[in-house]
Amino acid sequence: MTSELRPDAAPARHPTPAGSRMLPILRSVVPVFVVLAAIAALWYTALVPMNIRESLTQAERAGAVVDPPNAIERRDANAIGLVLKNPAYIADTLRQDRPRLPGPDQVWRELWATTGAMVLEGKGLSKRSLLYHAWVTLSATVLGFAIGTVGGIALAVGIVHSRVMNMAIMPWAIASQTIPILAIAPMIIVVLNSIGVTGLLPKALISAYLCFFPVTVGMVKGLRSPDAMQLDLLHTYGASRAQTFWKLRWPSSMPYFFTSMKIGMAAALVGAIVGEMPTGAVRGLGARLLAGSYYGQTVQIWSALFAAALLAAVLVGIIGALQTVTLKRMGMSQ
Amino acid sequence: MNHIFGWSIAFLIFATLLNVAMANGEGRDQAITRLLVPTLFGISLLVFWEGLVRGLNVPGVILPAPTAIWERFLASTSILRQDFIQTFVKGALSGYVMGAAAAFVVALLVDRSDFLRRGLLPVGNFMAALPIIGVAPILVMWFGFDWQSKAAVVVVMVFFPILVNTVEGLRATDRMQRDLMHTYAASYWQSLLKLRLPAAMPFIFNGLKVATTLALIGAIVAEFFGSPIRGMGFRISTEVGRLSLDMVWAEILVAAIAGSAFYGFVAVIERHVTFWHPSQRRGR
Repeated sequence: MTSELRPDAAPARHPTPAGSRMLPILRSVVPVFVVLAAIAALWYTALVPMNIRESLTQAERAGAVVDPPNAIERRDANAIGLVLKNPAYIADTLRQDRPRLPGPDQVWRELWATTGAMVLEGKGLSKRSLLYHAWVTLSATVLGFAIGTVGGIALAVGIVHSRVMNMAIMPWAIASQTIPILAIAPMIIVVLNSIGVTGLLPKALISAYLCFFPVTVGMVKGLRSPDAMQLDLLHTYGASRAQTFWKLRWPSSMPYFFTSMKIGMAAALVGAIVGEMPTGAVRGLGARLLAGSYYGQTVQIWSALFAAALLAAVLVGIIGALQTVTLKRMGMSQ
Repeated sequence: MNHIFGWSIAFLIFATLLNVAMANGEGRDQAITRLLVPTLFGISLLVFWEGLVRGLNVPGVILPAPTAIWERFLASTSILRQDFIQTFVKGALSGYVMGAAAAFVVALLVDRSDFLRRGLLPVGNFMAALPIIGVAPILVMWFGFDWQSKAAVVVVMVFFPILVNTVEGLRATDRMQRDLMHTYAASYWQSLLKLRLPAAMPFIFNGLKVATTLALIGAIVAEFFGSPIRGMGFRISTEVGRLSLDMVWAEILVAAIAGSAFYGFVAVIERHVTFWHPSQRRGR
């Protein structure tokens, strides 16, 4: 068994169909689970010293005697030393209302309480539900992603076909990737608000702007990926520019297309989240983050963070699945 | 239509026609043309912006003119300098160095164990795609309002791209090269320093270059969650609230210059370290 888990091991002598399908999966899944378990273990280990001061303070207020008894001495003391001196309160650190670091189980319970439990009560889209906030962020992300991707592809097509556009715009498109564009998000929101554009569109525009240039640069690379021999062949067939585009350039740009869509989607989500902050934390996952940080609701921050991570994973995963299916049908997958 | 606006449109059209002529003309492959065309395009956009604002009397609270932004930039260099030091030097740069060093060390450790690599790479790839900027409020809560929390955000943001790229890079040698080192009886460290690290450098620099932009973004956005009364992110969010957009644009100008200079600096080091790589060849 152990030898089969090694990547360079010879295949099993009598591989059953099920076994030959299972083993590669095990080989890639087991290490990931071990790493995730290690992260969870680290998390719980870090949680105890981080929350110990607060638990001791609460225990003291409830009348218990802790060591050292003085809050000021405790503030200056080493957190690990405090844990060793007061082992009885370790369990308390896992049950704080506003911990400095909530445990994974607390985050999970908060996530369930604001999503699944509310759906079961029939309030799935109330303003206190995380599903509602995730939906707000998702709609801005997807709208912005659509605008940015279509615009990026259009610009890339222009750059590939026009020499003057290539020379004039391409250096700026590349340079713009080194600029922290996200810094202008608050300004776009406020300016668009002041000229009467509110709601979904300003956030979507930030998302669109963020994913525009990565898509442009990736697609220019992709549309230029056919080599001179292939282009010459189409030339000898007397193919028009449009025919060359649809029959050669566009199909061969597909791997680049999906890669840039993945990058663009991740950037669009970040744009939507940051775009939700300057409006005064009204709705959306970014607003939940900001409101949580204003009111010290750490569990809320973590659950919003996990919801955002989940959203990113699902969105990028969908593009990845589309990529696998499309490239397989086109015969381009390795 | 106002005549200032009209002239700026005329300039835009003229510059575009000139660009078309240059790009399709005789000297289109010369270095000077390659520089002149994008510069002229940039200038014509600025002129159009200026003409749009002046000609149509766009209020400064919606879009300030480039000249107004430049005046504000020159008039408030001391504030901009202070913000630059707080955000870029203290927050972004120190976080970048710490995050890159940590990622490099972890990558070397991960690389020694095949099991760890297969476990950490998918997790690292997954983390690199997440909106990590969301940890900013948590880290600001832990490390306080000053630059330490910004550096912490930057560390988390740059860690995963550099880690993933370095681990990938350390696998970039082929079997033949490793076998050669083996026949030389090279130790782990000898083959690491003489073969695998040099071969990994293009990948490592790829990660380092991606991380330059992330570092600046992390430091600026983290300031939206609380900061002392200086810093680029702080200035942007408060000046937006006061509707003095020329100051915001001046700050964005600083961020743009700092971002491209930082990227350019890393790219120059890359050119000297990986001079042997095909992507660094000049001319055809």
